Amino acid sequence: MTAYIAKRLLAMVPVLFGLSIIVFLVMALIPGDTATAILGAYATPENVARINRDLGLDKPLVQQYLIWIGNVLQGDFGRSVTLNRPVLAEVTDRFGATLILAGTALVLASLIGLLAGIVSAVRQFGWADRIITFIVLAGISMPSFWLGLLLILLFAVEWRLLPASGMTAVYGGGGPADVARHLILPAATLSMVAAGVIARLSRSAMLEVLRQDFIRTARAKGLSERRVIYGHALRAAIVSVIPVIGIQAGFVLGGAVYIETVFQWPGIGAMMVKAISTRDILLVQGGVLVVAASYVLFNLVADVVQTLLDPRIRT
Amino acid sequence: MKRLFRSIVAVAALALVAPVVAPAALAQTPPGVLIVGQIAEPQSLDPHTVTATNDFRILVNVYDGLVRYRPGTLEVEPALAESWEVSPDGLTYTFKLRSGVKFHDGSDFDAEAVKFNFERMLDENHPFYDTGPFPLSFNFSAIDTVTVKDPLTVEFRLKEPFAPFLSNLAYPTGLIVSPAAVRQYGKDFGRHPSGTGPFRFVEWQSNQRVVVERNPDYWDGAPALDAVVFRPITDANTRVAEMMAGGLDVMVEVPPDNLAGFRNDASFRVAEQAGPHVWFAILNTKEGPFADKRVRQAANYAVNKQSLVDNVLQGTATVSAGPVPPAFNWVTSKVAPYPHDPERARSLLAEAGVGNPELTFYVTEGGSGMLDPITMGAAIQADLQAVGFKVKIETYEWNSFLSRVNAGLEGKADMAEMAWMTNDPDTLPYLTLRSGALPSEGGFNSGYYQNPELDRILDEARRTTDQSQRAALYAKVQEIVHDDAPWLFVANWKQNAVTRAQVEGFRLEPSFLLNLRGVSK
Repeated sequence: MTAYIAKRLLAMVPVLFGLSIIVFLVMALIPGDTATAILGAYATPENVARINRDLGLDKPLVQQYLIWIGNVLQGDFGRSVTLNRPVLAEVTDRFGATLILAGTALVLASLIGLLAGIVSAVRQFGWADRIITFIVLAGISMPSFWLGLLLILLFAVEWRLLPASGMTAVYGGGGPADVARHLILPAATLSMVAAGVIARLSRSAMLEVLRQDFIRTARAKGLSERRVIYGHALRAAIVSVIPVIGIQAGFVLGGAVYIETVFQWPGIGAMMVKAISTRDILLVQGGVLVVAASYVLFNLVADVVQTLLDPRIRT
Repeated sequence: MKRLFRSIVAVAALALVAPVVAPAALAQTPPGVLIVGQIAEPQSLDPHTVTATNDFRILVNVYDGLVRYRPGTLEVEPALAESWEVSPDGLTYTFKLRSGVKFHDGSDFDAEAVKFNFERMLDENHPFYDTGPFPLSFNFSAIDTVTVKDPLTVEFRLKEPFAPFLSNLAYPTGLIVSPAAVRQYGKDFGRHPSGTGPFRFVEWQSNQRVVVERNPDYWDGAPALDAVVFRPITDANTRVAEMMAGGLDVMVEVPPDNLAGFRNDASFRVAEQAGPHVWFAILNTKEGPFADKRVRQAANYAVNKQSLVDNVLQGTATVSAGPVPPAFNWVTSKVAPYPHDPERARSLLAEAGVGNPELTFYVTEGGSGMLDPITMGAAIQADLQAVGFKVKIETYEWNSFLSRVNAGLEGKADMAEMAWMTNDPDTLPYLTLRSGALPSEGGFNSGYYQNPELDRILDEARRTTDQSQRAALYAKVQEIVHDDAPWLFVANWKQNAVTRAQVEGFRLEPSFLLNLRGVSK
């Protein structure tokens, strides 16, 4: 097991390395540059050249990349030119916020998804199944930024139960309860799509398992229906749901980009949007590397958990 | 497994319900603290390194300049300098500084500090030049030397007479930072700002808030508020929702769609103020149909600008007549905007002998001061087509748009949207309409407009230090440019803001800066 994990982690290195080259090239290829973004309407060729010189962006691309990668290997991710602070400090600040949001959303999505999947499998074609299927399809189909705004209008503007945006109260806030209150709406919005996908998949996984012989045996032994479903069926079905949750982790991270903008959540998605539009290449690099690494890690964790749960995969 | 599962569900349900059951004093902003909803996070709190109005709104409350704009005007009045003298040749400005003023970090404000500020921006060999870049330092490129005469007297020698110098000093690029803090924090000074202003910096949480608190020792009287919190909320819909939910006291740049709603609600107040902003379309005067003045005038007659400001911009702008916005009310110009007259446009086109001129029109997706550029572009296209132009729109993202337009329109386009915010009537025509400001010379004259008489007047207006004479010269500029029509003159934007009704003393300034010293709640 340890060797497997080590091998997977080692395989990350070339992936991240290749990714950093691609990001560098793409950022260099898209029109417009950092100096123009900083100068706005004042971007004359002369001013652009002056700013580029001050920022060291007038050097050849290969040289810029080599300088960057050399610094990264020494733990220095450079400075964001649009935020005037080290990339690493900004990325860690922001990624923490995203992890809280995406993590909560993923847990929420898994719980809701599994529960909904089980109920609709057990009550296949019954009323509960139909209602859940309807809600799940609506959840998958609704654009999340729209749903987010809708929730803000209802819970924050109309009923004044929850804050509309941000991560903490702007003055004197900051405790875990405060963050939790701010987390409810964005996490609920973000979990919608993933919950729907997980519900659909756990429904079909459960249906498949429920038809198998060992379930009939369990029922024949006179076990209670609850014991059969949660003790036997779910345990078998969850093995095929776990990798889906791993993949959903990636989608939740991606979806966080919209949700963070709608709810002004200070996460890495909103940071990336701004960094790309201002051509802040080092900030983009830092953000992409962190997001990519965590995506790979999530999938690794999902695979490991699956192996632990399913004795058949273990060798 | 069963029990575990049940308890997880129970915890999840509790977590969801608990805050709903106990809705703490939500949506109440604390007393004495003003929460301001901004459109974005600031780039830096070092005034010399930033260019956005959004950042300036914070900075003018933390720093002072030698001079500042008199409230409600774009005229300068003393601030950190008590008085000044200008030599008759317009080359030497001598400032007498206010005594006893301290920066928030405790260091003294004096002539040495002033010298440090300008040399940091302008001298590439200055030890702290690397704390830049300083994108707007060209505002002070006329400065030759800064000399400390005594601790409270500082003298600026200019390379050539430059009348906009004082109003450039009042602009946020002229705000004075603490040299001691720059020495201490270096490149990180923008995150640890220290000035002399009415509020001093407390904290900056990335993408969440910038907090400043009352400076009790402020030389011009301590402000009434205990603290101000600037919150970045980039999504306009969320900003509006947060205002309606009661999480903000002030919100700037209200989308036109939402203004009426706030106006009709007694718990809010709407503030509006015309500013030194011009929204126009550059016309390519070098080649194609717009090389003919009559065709350019025809375009100005063809577009129904009143309808643009009333319907597209929903009353958040007024119709523009020329390159000098009416916010410079000391320039008294009698020039009225081109009326909407399609008949006149058609006859001018016929006179010029061009039946259905084909045009390429550069439109941007959005950018600083561009208002609603795609809808505006489409409306302008429709009006132009109605009198016989054939208009093809090409849309670009702001960054790519700027690199295309600023390089000049030759061989690419006949017209391009553009907007400028300025602080002196000199800036816009001098940088965009002069023969010496062609893109090849490092200027912004992307439409290649050339008029020797205008060049002469602009130079003269820079040399003269007599304000009434300058006023007359800029009135002349407005007249000439209006008639030559090197642009499609469209709109002057009115800045707006919404405050909660209990906020007192709030006003918007024509400079578009946000002075919160007199605000209370």
